[in-house]
Amino acid sequence: MPTYLTSDSELWFNLQGYLDEQFIQLEELQDDANPNFVEEVVRVFYNDSARLIRNIEMAMGKNPMDFGKLDDVMHQFKGSCSGIGAKKVKRECTRFQDYCKEEDPEGCMGAFQAVKQEHATLKGKLDAYFQLTRQC
Amino acid sequence: MVMAAAESQFHVLAVDDSIIDRKLIERLLKTSSYRVTTVDSGSKALEFLGLLGEEDHGNPNQPCICTNHSQEVAVNLVITDYCMPGMTGYDLLKRIKESSSLRNIPVVIMSSENVPSRISRCLQEGAEEFFLKPVRLSDLNKLKTHMMKSKCKNHQMPENLEDPERPEESTATSSPSAETSEFQSPQSQPQLKQQQQQQQSQANNSNNNKRKAVEEGPSPDRARPRYSNDLTVVSN
Repeated sequence: MPTYLTSDSELWFNLQGYLDEQFIQLEELQDDANPNFVEEVVRVFYNDSARLIRNIEMAMGKNPMDFGKLDDVMHQFKGSCSGIGAKKVKRECTRFQDYCKEEDPEGCMGAFQAVKQEHATLKGKLDAYFQLTRQC
Repeated sequence: MVMAAAESQFHVLAVDDSIIDRKLIERLLKTSSYRVTTVDSGSKALEFLGLLGEEDHGNPNQPCICTNHSQEVAVNLVITDYCMPGMTGYDLLKRIKESSSLRNIPVVIMSSENVPSRISRCLQEGAEEFFLKPVRLSDLNKLKTHMMKSKCKNHQMPENLEDPERPEESTATSSPSAETSEFQSPQSQPQLKQQQQQQQSQANNSNNNKRKAVEEGPSPDRARPRYSNDLTVVSN
C-alpha cells in the first residue's frame, strides 16, 4: 500500500516535526478495503478534539480553576493526539498538564493557547496533505 | 504463521471511552483477522457479556438488564482501556475474574501511562497483558495464544489438545460465553507451541520498549502462571 510519507518526499519534510511514527502506523493500516482510513481517523480526531477543547474552555472559565478537572480533560485530549501521532500538539498538552500540577492559572492559559495554535496548524497541514494524496 | 482455512475467527470485545482509540483498536484487531465488538464503557462491556443483570451494585442508575446474551455471543478476549470514567479497566477486569461464567476470558489492559504499580496490579488481578498506548499491530500478535489457551480450558481439553475436533459441549466449569459455534483447527496444537516460542522471543524483545520504566524487583505472588512476560515489579 502506498505510503506518502517517504523520507525523501516533500510532504514528509513538511510534516516532519508535527507528526511521529504513529501516523506512519496509521498509513500502514490503510489498504484497498479501507482506502480512507487515515483521513477518517483524522476527521474523527478533529471532531472529538473540538468537543474536548470546548470542555477545557468551559473549565478554564471557572473561578477558581479546577486544575484536577482540567488535567483530566487534557489527559483525554492528549490521548487522542497520541493516537494520530500529533507530536507537537501532544508536547503542548504536556506543558499544560505541568501547569495544572503547579496550579498556575496563567501558565495554563498560555499553554492552552499554544495547544490550540498547534492543533490548528496541524489541521492545515493535514488538510493539504490529504488533498495532495487524493490527487495521486 | 499459516492459518488453516477453516480456523475459527476469534471474537474480541474492545472497551474504550475514547472514540479515536476505539477506531484504532478496531482497525488493528480487524487487520489481525479478529471479529470485533467495541463498547465505550465497562458497564456496557459487562452488559454485552451478559453479566450486568446478575449483580448490579455498580451503578444505581443502570437498569437491570438480564439477557441470555452470554449464551449466544462468545467473546474470546476482552481488551480494555485502563482509564475510563465510572468503571475503570481494572474494575472491569475484577468483575470478569470474579464471575464464575466469565473468569476464563483473557483480559488485556491498555493504558497511555506507564505506571509500574498499575501494571503489576492489573497483572496480579489476572490480566494477561498490559499494552502501552498507542497499541501497535505487533502487540496484537500476543493475543492469539491467550485466546487459544482459554478456548482449550473451556472445552475441558487437556493441555496437549488431543481431540481438537470434539464437538463443543457446555460443561459445569466451562464458560458459556467463550464458546463459539466454530470448530477448532486441527493445527491448533503445533500452532500453540509455535506461538509460545514466538511469545517468548517477542516478550524478550518487547521488554525493552514496553517495560523500560519498570525496574527489577521481587516477583509478586501471582495466582495465574504467566509465560508471556517475565515482568517483575517495584513494590510501591
